Amino acid sequence: MAEPRVIIVGAGPAGVRAAEVLVASGVRPVVIDEGRRDGGQIYRRQPEGFTRGYDSLYGTEADRALSLHETFDGLKDKIDYRPDTLVWNISQGRVWTNANGRVDDLEYDALLLCTGATDRVMPVKGWQYAGVFSLGASQVALKSQAVSIGRRVVFMGSGPLLYLVASQYVKAGANVVAVLDTAPFFARIKALPKLLAEPGVLWNGIMLTRMLQKSGVRLMTGVKPREILGDPETGVSSLQFEAGGKIHEIACDAVAMGHHLRPETQLADLARCAFRFDSVTRQWLPVVDADGRSSVDGVYLAGDGARILGARSAEASGQLAAMTLLSDMGVAASDRWALRQAVANYARFATGLAEAFPWPHEQIADLADDVVLCRCEGVTVGEMRRVDASEANRAKAFNRVGMGRCQGRYCGLAGAEVLAAARDLPIEAIGRLRGQAPVKPISVGVAEDEA
Amino acid sequence: MSRSDVIIVGGGLMGCSAAFFLRQRGRSVTLLETDLVGRQASGTNFGNVRRQGRPIDQLPLANRAIETWRKAKELLGSDVEYLQSGHMRVCYRDRPENVEKMEQYAADARQMGLDLEILTGNALRARFPFLGPEVLAGSYSPLDGHANPRLASPAFARAAKRLGAEIHENTKMASAEKIGTDWEVRTEDGRIFHAPILLITAGAWGDKIAAQLGEPVPFATLAPTMSVTEPVPYAIAPAMGVMTPVEEETVYFRQVARGNIILGGSTRAVSYPDLYRAYVLPQNTVSQLQQIRRLAPALGKLNIIRVWTGIEGYTPDSLPVMGPSGKESGLFYAFGFSGSGFQIGPGVGETMAELIDTGKTDIPLAGYDIRRFAKA
Repeated sequence: MAEPRVIIVGAGPAGVRAAEVLVASGVRPVVIDEGRRDGGQIYRRQPEGFTRGYDSLYGTEADRALSLHETFDGLKDKIDYRPDTLVWNISQGRVWTNANGRVDDLEYDALLLCTGATDRVMPVKGWQYAGVFSLGASQVALKSQAVSIGRRVVFMGSGPLLYLVASQYVKAGANVVAVLDTAPFFARIKALPKLLAEPGVLWNGIMLTRMLQKSGVRLMTGVKPREILGDPETGVSSLQFEAGGKIHEIACDAVAMGHHLRPETQLADLARCAFRFDSVTRQWLPVVDADGRSSVDGVYLAGDGARILGARSAEASGQLAAMTLLSDMGVAASDRWALRQAVANYARFATGLAEAFPWPHEQIADLADDVVLCRCEGVTVGEMRRVDASEANRAKAFNRVGMGRCQGRYCGLAGAEVLAAARDLPIEAIGRLRGQAPVKPISVGVAEDEA
Repeated sequence: MSRSDVIIVGGGLMGCSAAFFLRQRGRSVTLLETDLVGRQASGTNFGNVRRQGRPIDQLPLANRAIETWRKAKELLGSDVEYLQSGHMRVCYRDRPENVEKMEQYAADARQMGLDLEILTGNALRARFPFLGPEVLAGSYSPLDGHANPRLASPAFARAAKRLGAEIHENTKMASAEKIGTDWEVRTEDGRIFHAPILLITAGAWGDKIAAQLGEPVPFATLAPTMSVTEPVPYAIAPAMGVMTPVEEETVYFRQVARGNIILGGSTRAVSYPDLYRAYVLPQNTVSQLQQIRRLAPALGKLNIIRVWTGIEGYTPDSLPVMGPSGKESGLFYAFGFSGSGFQIGPGVGETMAELIDTGKTDIPLAGYDIRRFAKA
């Protein structure tokens, strides 16, 4: 057959390693990435002209970052690389892109979605004030622009990213006043057997925590957030929370929040992939087999966009999905056993992480009525409880929750928890917000390329 | 087994408003809805509450509907976000013959109680400075407006329920059969309902039921192209639309109080009524945006944050099937509104209730008779 037309969406660890495999088999893939430079989130490259070294940017992951970046630099003339380009819809075997206001559509024989993840955030009273950022955004500010989100920063939430970003802030000289984890400490102990699936990653995590302690950062576990205090004009002024049966208040001008991650699945949804409910993470995930195939012929999923297994696993699952794709298309067969084992091992570790740093759904169910749930549309928790609906999309139709420009990325999971608790239904009965094009806003002024 | 005066099959705007008005007339009602009320075209359409542009002999029905829209909040006990902020229909310079058509339409509409103002030149530019240079003239209807489709049908259903209607959601009709003087409706989950009157308001699925009942109708189901922008300060009161014979050029927009501008029209896509799904085609989104910029160039500076569609049922003459069956007594239809049912919806419900309750109505329905499609 003619050379297969393969499109990879995303140039993070999964997309880069997949492109490498395809190029090695003589295929020239199109690699479309929203970023100005390759690397994705964890291995985000600083803008051209910035000169910070790999150690300061990536810490323990410096070697991996360097290897990934060098690999990609070596691939550039063997692929059709389209940075700064958004895939905003997928329809009838074509991806629709938008780059600088120009719309284009590209046909594919095989599509590999490596769309990565965004923060899973729990609403807290006052989280709509200026000075509140997601963990991911806090990390972007530091990695891309070498700035801190504030002069006195509190990190609050749970999960490995909480400690990683806090330690990166400390290392960069920012003033981190506290790291507050909603998970109880004993959850980590209980999850140890599964976390030992990746002893190296576990050790790095322990070292990060120790480094934070040594730097004098206040570390607390088993925290229940009460309120981010501040006002709409001047933003955040302090944070109130409960821990150890007492109410605490810490003065700060910025809060970085996040509870681990959620996969970016909108494109898989638009490609009409089937989804399943994952009870460990309490999220709906696209169905993917052990080799990276989605439920749709010719559509493959890899990296955190399929399920949150971390950056190391993303490299393996990207390679694996690319090999599967090549084999399915009759281009090249290869032994995928070792990669499958590696991904399965990361999956065991990820289950351990989910148990060690759980999504605090009971805290969400317990939020006060006046807490803003959906920041785009200003919908409160109370309005969600009162809505005449018991399914996510129906609730959205009535009260606009998840209807704004983020399309429910930040409120969808919490909104489902509020509704499930209010209706006394299992969380999976609430369903998931359907992905809708454009996955991120596009201009009414877009023009079509004259092909 | 349950028995009532009327069984309504289909819980869109037609069915829910019919249920409401039948209860007002003291008739017992059972409404069966396959999914949730108002979830299909009734909930996904553009939301125009527009009389102008309708066939002149449809205006009595549209006028009846506007009365209900105006008092919807009091009547239904919940806000359907009806804004009587005017409706503007414009034509382009490349079809100057449309001005004369607009003027003729305005003269005819005036006889039916709909006042329209034709605007051209400086008067048009002064009133609507955001219109593009290609716009030649406009017909302004001050007493039309728009409403929120996501809220309208459920509001009618809740109000009907409060008046005693039985609303069964997630209940799909399997068969309907006349036994003696009663209709026996069986559902897919095995329930049986009886009533002397059966009203089919099944929207894009109406043709399938009519065929089951021995009255096939030529029918197409299509998916309109809808988009919405990010919210911006509320500045454009009337809904705006283009009068043109070309489907691609037929775009319209309205700004809601929240600030978002809803864009609709241009080319429609195929839909999949058997799967209850329809998909926006990206090429239609792109052509819609292009046409919107022609109508109002400044909108090109905004972003769209979401697109959607639904499943609409179209007849060959774009007129609904509305009125009694041509074959069976006690059987009525109101479906196939061909992409323009939202405004007249409450009028359809009220008129069907009147027709069922009293056996007659002054609203002209002759053009909507299902027998027009019967083979000679």
